[in-house]
Amino acid sequence: MLENQNDALIIAGKEFHSRLIVGTGKYETLEVMRQAHQASGTELVTVAVRRVDLSDRSQQSLLSCIDRDRIMLLPNTAGCYTAEEAIRYARLGREAGLSNWVKLEVIGDEKTLFPDNQELILATRTLVQEGFVVLPYTNDDPVVCKKLEEVGAAAVMPLGAPIGSGLGIQNPNNIRIILEQAKVPVIVDAGVGTASDAAIAMELGVDGVLMNTGIASAQDPVRMARAMKLAVECGRLAYRAGRIPKKLYAAASSPLEGMLV
Amino acid sequence: MPETDQIEITLNGESRQVPANCTVQKLVEGLKLPSGQVAVEVNRSIARRSSWPQTCIQDGDSIEIVHFVGGG
Repeated sequence: MLENQNDALIIAGKEFHSRLIVGTGKYETLEVMRQAHQASGTELVTVAVRRVDLSDRSQQSLLSCIDRDRIMLLPNTAGCYTAEEAIRYARLGREAGLSNWVKLEVIGDEKTLFPDNQELILATRTLVQEGFVVLPYTNDDPVVCKKLEEVGAAAVMPLGAPIGSGLGIQNPNNIRIILEQAKVPVIVDAGVGTASDAAIAMELGVDGVLMNTGIASAQDPVRMARAMKLAVECGRLAYRAGRIPKKLYAAASSPLEGMLV
Repeated sequence: MPETDQIEITLNGESRQVPANCTVQKLVEGLKLPSGQVAVEVNRSIARRSSWPQTCIQDGDSIEIVHFVGGG
């Protein structure tokens, strides 16, 4: 295996130099979104697929505010509650964006937005067979992540906490187990509230972090985008550097020899 | 047959009249949509962009036109 010298994130053979994937929802204006994307250094952003509003054509197009020379689009299937529905949205997304990548979401519960894993696995299998690069959003459940990988997911994206909750990584031990067994990239998707949450995820050794609300709904989204960029980089560096083991008692940093008597 | 013959379709959930000889291509152009940024479904099947000029719209067709919006 060639050494990955620049420490790129590689998903389905495509190289990304940023390990931060961000959303395009909830921004107050598209200009703020554009600036936040720039500050985040992201190379992959999620978008949703919806009906064109034929009665109100005054809205500025989302795509005109995404630097597509630098940023790849990742259509999602947000809002879908069955495999059938998610597959339909994925196909529409592929047609609209001319890319076969999809962030697959099949929601199972309105209040928690937790995924319906049975439907998710089914949809992943079908879409992989149709040639999609499937990045499924899932629970922090090692068994489900393994099954998703078995049916051909290009990455697994366990949640850190519920979507938009900003609670941070609720179950680092599950993420550790998922990492231990995964042969595809592991991206923590959802739940990141502030920079330290992103750093903690990266320090666990995950390959990337995906977030939307944490940046878009911050008081200053552009500043938070930069904070997240740095946090992801910091966490990654610390993971690669290898932290010291935790100990209960002190270990002096200064020599005991040469003390005055 | 006069060119003004109209058929009725359901477009994004609402009924709408279009000329009887309308293709998907003409529909998208008529709506002044950026063709490179939308996807079209006719009766729940994707109409590939390359097939738009040949895809004739029939009376009673259900058509969806979607695009990308902000999401996470």
